[in-house]
Amino acid sequence: MPIIVQGLITILIGVGGCVGYFYLSNLALDKVIFPAKETPSRRLVGAIICLIIPLGLLFFLYVGPTVFGALGIGFLALSDVSTISALLAVAVFLVATFLLFKAFNTLFPAKGSSVGDNINRANAVRPWLFLFPAIFVLGLYLVYPVVGSFWRSLFGRNPNDFVGFGNYVSLAQSPDFRISFFNNFLWAIVVPAASTFLGLLVAQLTDKLSWGNIAKSLIFMPMAISFVGASLIWKFVYANDADIGLINAVRAMFGFDNPIDVLQIPFWNNFFLMVILIWIQTGFAMVILSAALRGIPEETIEAAILDGANPWQLFFKIKVPQIMATIVVVWTTITILVLKVFDIVYTMTGGNFGTEILPSYMMDFMFRDDGRATAIAFVIMLVVLPVMVWNIIEARKETR
Amino acid sequence: MADLKLTDVAKAYGSVKVLENINLDIKQGELIVFVGPSGCGKSTLLRMIAGLEKITGGTLEIDGRVVNNVPPSQRGIAMVFQSYALYPHMTVRDNMAFALKIAKKSKEEIDAAVTKAAKILQLDPYLDRLPKALSGGQRQRVAIGRAIVRDPKVYLFDEPLSNLDAALRVATRIEIAQLKENMPESTMVYVTHDQVEAMTLASRIVVLAGGGISQVGTPLQLYEKPENEFVAQFIGSPAMNLLPGEVVETGERTVVRMEGGGTAVSHYATTDADKGAKVKIGVRPEDFREADGGDYIFEGKVDITEALGEVTLLYFETGDASMEDLEKGDAAVIAKLQGVHQDLRGREVKLGADPDKVHVFHEGRSLLYR
Repeated sequence: MPIIVQGLITILIGVGGCVGYFYLSNLALDKVIFPAKETPSRRLVGAIICLIIPLGLLFFLYVGPTVFGALGIGFLALSDVSTISALLAVAVFLVATFLLFKAFNTLFPAKGSSVGDNINRANAVRPWLFLFPAIFVLGLYLVYPVVGSFWRSLFGRNPNDFVGFGNYVSLAQSPDFRISFFNNFLWAIVVPAASTFLGLLVAQLTDKLSWGNIAKSLIFMPMAISFVGASLIWKFVYANDADIGLINAVRAMFGFDNPIDVLQIPFWNNFFLMVILIWIQTGFAMVILSAALRGIPEETIEAAILDGANPWQLFFKIKVPQIMATIVVVWTTITILVLKVFDIVYTMTGGNFGTEILPSYMMDFMFRDDGRATAIAFVIMLVVLPVMVWNIIEARKETR
Repeated sequence: MADLKLTDVAKAYGSVKVLENINLDIKQGELIVFVGPSGCGKSTLLRMIAGLEKITGGTLEIDGRVVNNVPPSQRGIAMVFQSYALYPHMTVRDNMAFALKIAKKSKEEIDAAVTKAAKILQLDPYLDRLPKALSGGQRQRVAIGRAIVRDPKVYLFDEPLSNLDAALRVATRIEIAQLKENMPESTMVYVTHDQVEAMTLASRIVVLAGGGISQVGTPLQLYEKPENEFVAQFIGSPAMNLLPGEVVETGERTVVRMEGGGTAVSHYATTDADKGAKVKIGVRPEDFREADGGDYIFEGKVDITEALGEVTLLYFETGDASMEDLEKGDAAVIAKLQGVHQDLRGREVKLGADPDKVHVFHEGRSLLYR
């Protein structure tokens, strides 16, 4: 099948499915389950329409593969459905629908006072009708993996080998895990704090400058670079060679002739890695905080000037409190990002020299010991969760 | 609690001159109101006094001290903004105390000042609320309270009532009037575009137009003796009628022959030099009365009547005036007669006026009060 046709069919099925879902589900709700008019025939007609389309779909799925298969075109993967099982399915469907129709007629008759009740019931159910696709998809792609990961983390390297909380226990006893947990803690404190602070500083300083927008664009640019790309750039900055590395070049300028590798300085090498993420995220913080600063009513600032506030007081007592909600959202957003970044450590040091953090530590076990890797993933999730909840609460406060 | 003196004050943004030659002497205890059409620079002038806008020419003195380059907080002024400008993250108490805290006053002093201001403005029950939990009127009272707490020499109000609804506006206006009465020694400068506010609050009104001062005077001076056409039409509602004519007799009394056929007589003296001048006769709608004899100023057919009970507004057809001009209140001749006169609609009516109430303008300036 030509790829364009495939694409078109995908779009058709997608859009048709959505429209069809909302049309049919509302039809079923208003005409079949909770009808508001005393016309039994309408209920029947509605039931038939609701039936025909799924049946047609079933027929299409069964016949389609046969027809397209005969034409030598691959179509879905259902071609091995047998005729009997398809007919059986149709029959079960018919009987079930008829029984349901009978049940609705006796439970929710479209007569007299129950008509009003039917409208109320239909309206009570309707929001869930609209929410269902989203809930279903989110459940499938978010909730199921969480539960599945947790389940997998209870097994050892061999997926049939149930170890209970053994992975977690051995993690807690592993010094590597403790180092990466501590490092991750450092990252989660230093990076959001530094990015938000620098972003706020830049936003305030560039606000009234004629060339402020150029400065902002330059500071925002690293946002467009991938973490791996950024790591490569900084690998040159940190290079252990005065002819390549910026840091060693500066050192050489001051007369030190032995180049050093900053990524091998114990403990402090963590901060040299964090600088990369701060460099990337300052632009993000700056853009959002700059917009927030501009949203502060000018009069409150003028009133504070009249009240005698100096620029420092103006900034910390009038401006910052008014954008506090935004600062918190920026801070927590960066925190969440920090807790899942592994690329920088992975490409710069590979987790050596005591720079391991949880995500890169997880990468070490992935595909070798999935039980252990999922256990680490689960620990990361537990750490992110409270930050995320706070983020959502603050973001909601702001939009209110 | 201070005099305010503006000498040749000017404001220009680059080469665009917004205000020029502003000379004003404000005495201690006065409530001066700046009025004028939108964009006349009244708010700019106020912000220049406050120090929020730079003065580009002339001098501003507060209490005999030139303050052109003194920072706003040291000028001894306090300002109430149209949008209240309350600090949204502070309670009412903190809002009012902010200036004193910045000035590092003692806690007892701050508490006393805030409590006193809250009592004056009946804000006691709301001291621990955030501004967002207050109504518009309460917010404006907090803004006024924030000014009172600082005990300034000069209060500046920038259209403080514009954001309130009609009923609250009247109530708050009266509150401001009472406030002024309780603080007779404080100087206030008040900007508004609302005539009623200007007329009711002001000890003197400054009418600003075209980048300068049109006229300064008490509300009744401006109403009774406008020096130019602009002030004549700006003060009073509906606006004063202006009708073209020619001076035919000068001396103790001035006689003007109207283009529309009538004759206007004014008791104010003019000189021989004015004879034959093309002038405009100004008569306020409320000063018109039905003329009985041959002595009339204006004659016309009543187009629309609006009976308001105590008075009736008559709109006259004036040949070339379109409906749009009527709506703007321009060009149409309007008379305001006592009582109900709906029966006059569609009829030819002759109008006259007491010679004391007839104004004569030549090239925009009044001939009578020069």
